[in-house]
Amino acid sequence: MLTLAHFITLGALLFCIALAGIFLNRKNVLILLMCIELMLLSVNMNFIAFSRFLDVLDGQVFVFFILTVAAAEAAIGLALLVVLFRNRRSISVEDISDLRG
Amino acid sequence: MPIIEILFYLFSGVLVLSALSVITVGNPIHAALFLILSFFSAACIWMLLQAEFLAITLVLVYVGAVMVLFLFVVMMLDVHVASVREGFARYLPAGVLVALAMAVQLFLVIWTRGMETMPMPAGEGDEYSHTSMIGELLYSEYLYAFEIAAVVLLVAIIAAIALTHRRRPETKHQDPARQVRVKRDERLRVVKMKSEGEEA
Repeated sequence: MLTLAHFITLGALLFCIALAGIFLNRKNVLILLMCIELMLLSVNMNFIAFSRFLDVLDGQVFVFFILTVAAAEAAIGLALLVVLFRNRRSISVEDISDLRG
Repeated sequence: MPIIEILFYLFSGVLVLSALSVITVGNPIHAALFLILSFFSAACIWMLLQAEFLAITLVLVYVGAVMVLFLFVVMMLDVHVASVREGFARYLPAGVLVALAMAVQLFLVIWTRGMETMPMPAGEGDEYSHTSMIGELLYSEYLYAFEIAAVVLLVAIIAAIALTHRRRPETKHQDPARQVRVKRDERLRVVKMKSEGEEA
């Protein structure tokens, strides 16, 4: 029988995978952005599961807004990435240390 | 085992495997393609949860627009896959450790709080449409938030264009500010000169 815990577990698993991805891909901002998308996906999974099991539709409206913000975030993040690559010829996080002083 | 359960395990297996591939393949194009696969399986799971509007939105917006944007950017930047891979082994233990610790904590919370005994409520009938219900909520209770979301998207468009726009000096373009500020003397210059007949 499928219970709420199944879906929440799936969301938690996705979130942990994305977190590990942020640790592993220090050299590539592009994959870091993809990991953030995966994290947002796992959060959305939780929202939809709770919305279904508690029978409240507001959770789905929230997912709608999260999708909007995630799309805006992806667009701005990729624009920053393009500017970064144009100036530095690299997309490694370790090359971005100007603010360290 | 009912069909919905088989489908859930199938889709979530694909989802977890493709998410693992996203973080381990290294090649950004392969990672983007695996991310598309994981979004698609997530949309299938949302269908099982009767969130059909959001499932379709996820496929249309994410697979159709955001991931295509990702692929465009991947192909615009020529990233060396070999240099991207280095440092992977160095951070592997820390990453796996943190992720495992967090996963264990989350599972402990999830499986001891009574969620494992909460069965899926019976769905609504065929006549029921979640899409129209969401529409009613969006345009009544959440109207203000909906308008703010539109503004957020507008700001994102402007920011993305402003960041990546490059002004090339050699291109010819009009300057509207100067066009508006123009005076009469700058438009018309009266020149005094003798007529041709007078000279002869």
